Amino acid sequence: MPRIESKINTKSQEFAANVEHMQAQVNDLREKVAQIRQGGGEHANKRHTDRGKLLPRERINALLDPGAPFLELSQLAAWQVYEDYVPAAGLIAGIGRVSGVECMIVANDATVKGGTYYPLTVKKHLRAQTIAEQNNLPCIYLVDSGGANLPRQDDVFPDREHFGRIFYNQANMSAANIPQIAVVMGSCTAGGAYVPAMADESIIVKEQGTIFLGGPPLVRAATGEVVTAEELGGGDVHCRTSGVADYLANNDHHALKLARDAVARLNRTKTVSLNLTQPQDPLYEASEVYGIIPKDSRQQYDVREIIARIVDGSEFDEFKALYGSTLVCGFARIFGYPVGIVANNGILFSESAQKGAHFIELCAQRKIPLVFLQNITGFMVGKQYEAGGIAKHGAKMVTAVACAKVPKFTVLIGGSFGAGNYGMCGRAYDPRFLFMWPNARISVMGGEQAAGVLAQVKRDQKARTGETWSQEDEKAFKQPIIDDYEHQGHPYYASARLWDDGVIDPADTRQVLGLSLSAALNKPLEDTRFGVFRM
Amino acid sequence: MLIKLLIANRGEISCRIIKTAKRMGIHTVALYSDADADALHVQMADEAVHIGPPPSKDSYLQAERIIEVARKVGADMIHPGYGFLSENAHFARLCEDNQIVFVGPPVPAIDAMGSKSAAKKIMEAAGVPLVPGYHGEDQSAALLKQHADEMGYPVLLKAAAGGGGKGMRQVHSSSEFEHALAAAKREAMASFNDDIMLVEKYLTQPRHVEIQVFCDMHGNGVYLFERDCSVQRRHQKVIEEAPAPGMTEALRSQMGEAALKAAAAIGYVGAGTVEFLLDTDGSFYFMEMNTRLQVEHPVTEMISGQDLVEWQLRVASGEELPLSQDELQINGHAFEARIYAEDPNNEFLPATGVLNFLQPPEESEYVRVDTGVRQGDKVSVYYDPMIAKLIVWDEDRPKALRRLVKALSEYRVKGVTTNIDFLYNLANTKAFKQAQLDTAFIDKHQSEIFLQNEDDLASLLPLAALYIVLNQEQGPQSLNSQDLYSPWQNLTAWRANATHIQGLEIQIHDQVHAVQVSRLNSGPQASYQITGQGFNVQCQGQVKGDVLTAVIDGHRQKITISHPADGEQGCSLYTQHSALHFKQKLPDLGLLDADAHGGGLTAPMNGTIVNLMVNPGDSVEKGQVLVIMEAMKMEHSLKAPSAGKVVEFFYQSGELVDGGAELLSFEAAES
Repeated sequence: MPRIESKINTKSQEFAANVEHMQAQVNDLREKVAQIRQGGGEHANKRHTDRGKLLPRERINALLDPGAPFLELSQLAAWQVYEDYVPAAGLIAGIGRVSGVECMIVANDATVKGGTYYPLTVKKHLRAQTIAEQNNLPCIYLVDSGGANLPRQDDVFPDREHFGRIFYNQANMSAANIPQIAVVMGSCTAGGAYVPAMADESIIVKEQGTIFLGGPPLVRAATGEVVTAEELGGGDVHCRTSGVADYLANNDHHALKLARDAVARLNRTKTVSLNLTQPQDPLYEASEVYGIIPKDSRQQYDVREIIARIVDGSEFDEFKALYGSTLVCGFARIFGYPVGIVANNGILFSESAQKGAHFIELCAQRKIPLVFLQNITGFMVGKQYEAGGIAKHGAKMVTAVACAKVPKFTVLIGGSFGAGNYGMCGRAYDPRFLFMWPNARISVMGGEQAAGVLAQVKRDQKARTGETWSQEDEKAFKQPIIDDYEHQGHPYYASARLWDDGVIDPADTRQVLGLSLSAALNKPLEDTRFGVFRM
Repeated sequence: MLIKLLIANRGEISCRIIKTAKRMGIHTVALYSDADADALHVQMADEAVHIGPPPSKDSYLQAERIIEVARKVGADMIHPGYGFLSENAHFARLCEDNQIVFVGPPVPAIDAMGSKSAAKKIMEAAGVPLVPGYHGEDQSAALLKQHADEMGYPVLLKAAAGGGGKGMRQVHSSSEFEHALAAAKREAMASFNDDIMLVEKYLTQPRHVEIQVFCDMHGNGVYLFERDCSVQRRHQKVIEEAPAPGMTEALRSQMGEAALKAAAAIGYVGAGTVEFLLDTDGSFYFMEMNTRLQVEHPVTEMISGQDLVEWQLRVASGEELPLSQDELQINGHAFEARIYAEDPNNEFLPATGVLNFLQPPEESEYVRVDTGVRQGDKVSVYYDPMIAKLIVWDEDRPKALRRLVKALSEYRVKGVTTNIDFLYNLANTKAFKQAQLDTAFIDKHQSEIFLQNEDDLASLLPLAALYIVLNQEQGPQSLNSQDLYSPWQNLTAWRANATHIQGLEIQIHDQVHAVQVSRLNSGPQASYQITGQGFNVQCQGQVKGDVLTAVIDGHRQKITISHPADGEQGCSLYTQHSALHFKQKLPDLGLLDADAHGGGLTAPMNGTIVNLMVNPGDSVEKGQVLVIMEAMKMEHSLKAPSAGKVVEFFYQSGELVDGGAELLSFEAAES
């Protein structure tokens, strides 16, 4: 296969300046994540561990195969969304290898507001379940939660995508033989009680885990009955009397061992229908990506330089290289898996959109997973292009992306604006996973453009009434809009609201895509049936 | 030459004797107990006869039955090996009565050396030097002091009735004597109701040096030089060597002549060993004479080029000694290390188990392994738990010591705890390298041998942690998956946007050390930050086969590893200087607590049940002694964990039990 020859001068000043710029963003990301990984903070953690409980991340480490990777999702969930500090939305979710099987792990963090469900906690839990369902991953719930966050019940309880959906998903995944295993390691109250109750198998830690529909205070208020939590819904009651739980564990470590044993006996095999080869590292250092992404996001660069640092051996077999060159399409391998790569290299024209649609058809036909590297300001506008049918050509690409049933993976490596987001498999197009780089921005259009459009409308209004508008006034009008777009388009803002599955270090892209691809292969590849393409 | 030899022994020495007998064309007959039905010595012998149940007293010590077997199979000769009946005059006499040649000295010689005090009297009369001492009945303080002054300080005061250190005092000068005597007498009176005192010269740094002698029936006697067996623990030899470091020709012939004099005094025939204490000033004193082939005879064979078993068989057949004194020469230096199934970190208590993996170092002209076990054999409670004798030879002591160290690091035993790491650390001490030997060697160098220094740990723990992590990275791949190259199989603990810090608990002996390891980068050239009490280092490494190549803060070393066997945790690292046995402590699953409500009590070590102290059903208090066990000549009490009662005892007094065996079921009283 042809190799990408990098033309980057890693000794240039520009490269160094870019590295510095990106490194600062990555450092900031790692600092934020480091803080989030502390959970509810020293005091809350100590209170938690003093009860003989492991912290949620320690629980996950003990659950995983020793040394196994953990693809944690949406670390920034709820970041600066609520007045309360709710790191990771009080819920850790991610994919990890347990007894040799890739599983979705969902762990409440009781050190964060007692592990209660904020609206984004629900969203994160549901997103984890969606990923599990789409990729056929067994689910392990490490339950330690006070249930719904009562002050926010209106955003947590009633709607379709609210708390109740968790149990709906459990039932339906169970029906699809996607195993549901619950480990009750703390409280599991009210609606939360259904997590173990709906699970295929449930484990409870003695003298730690409790399961009840109404806790002791509620029981006392309702019936006057005085009862301890342990008597009401402890491990002994549920394993010996009620049958709500199946296995009684002595402590957290024991419970996690029992969960590992449960996964080991699921009788699962992983079949792979892809043509595999031995993985090869790219020829170029992944971290060189830092120096390639221009400090000034409006500057162009060749996306092949990025591809060269993601794919096996930097080998890339480009499709239609000479046609519609603002979209780079081609075949490559990541960790030995064949993939079709669709990457922006400029604005989308009719030719590039048609080429993209063609390439996506090819991959869907051949059952080759698709990787989208998004850096798109949008489709070309203007009289000539509208007349040339850019809308229908764009629609072809959007149709192809929407219908393609091969696993799709999207990484926002730069801008994600307007309809470009659709054609390049944005969140609405159900990629199995969607990640953002820290330099990425997402909005309906760029801040400058939006401000420009709104200023134009305003200027037109003023022109109609004969008012004048000074340049300073216009600038003062535009700046807040630009600031808003910058703020809301920032990856932390996006990730906090679960518009993606996480912000990643660009140098980790190959690793993250490899893990995601492998996880996705747990589900057999489906045939694709496309909709009507407007010709 | 006689043609049929019965070996009244088992294990290593039986195999050793069979080897020589085979070479000499002698037909061999082995004995076996129920426990040894498939043992190596049984396999090697031409014939083997069952002798009884496993306990030695019912099998290998059954003198009459052994004679009966010898008669039945038509054996002309019995070799008793060492231990068991080898110094049993009654057995030698039975052989004589049945016209079977006993490969050993005549009965009177055995008798003469059988009693230590009688032996000393014979030696004194023969002019063999004894430790100066006064054993008289006149107990006047002045007389005792006079004797002490004459023999020179320090002296040791010992209660004649004594034992266990009671009534014993070291006296370092004449001025201290009276005071010490009074104290020792008081203590002796209180302990034994008898205050008769012995006074002996106290040797501060004695070495145990023994002379190998050989005599035939024709009045010839030679000595095959000396062995230094100073390195001992609880009077058991650990590493023996020949020749003795620092031995001069003059002293050697003096000691050799003294030993021959001792042998002559009792009309000795065959192989014998005269043990001496050698003082720092070159004076030596008779301790005892062993009238048999010694365990450590191979070091003598290695430096003399002679086969002592062959000599024994030829002498027993009436031949003259093969060589005269003039014809014997010392060539090079040899060591013997005794590989034992025992736990040096737990008072050398014997260990039992199945040798599920056994790979001795490769034998050569430099390395010899005398053993009686194979992989898969069981080390049982019934017999001495020696696995093998590792013998090395080279031109001089430093070279031979290097051979010993290397061979120890190559010795692989799984399934039972062994003393290999202990031997390795002992052989690596500076003092041992410099041959600063005396009988208190192990106590003196304890911290070095048992790695009790913080600095040692700080240099070894990162290696252990690095090994654990590297090993983990090569951990099990998912079975039942066609996803062959999945990055989920890379066990490098990758985490999104964070460096995973893995907390390890490394257990060395009974100490647990917390160590943190973080992988600093991915890929094949990964490096690791390893921190813990007293260290914070950056390392890289790889494991290939049983070699760990580690670079720690820029220092590259190759370390031999003894990997754990399946289902085991323990693992040993052999650096250039020390051996570290460690295991990764796994999380507590609370399984023990779950049983704590009742259950049983287990034997802390292999041993014999001495006494059951209560009756089943009796109410007992917490801490009340329930069972007394004996192991290694020491008694251990097993106490009630709480108030309650013994439901049932699973053993009766006199029975042998394995360490860890449940001895009784106990029911705690309702609190």
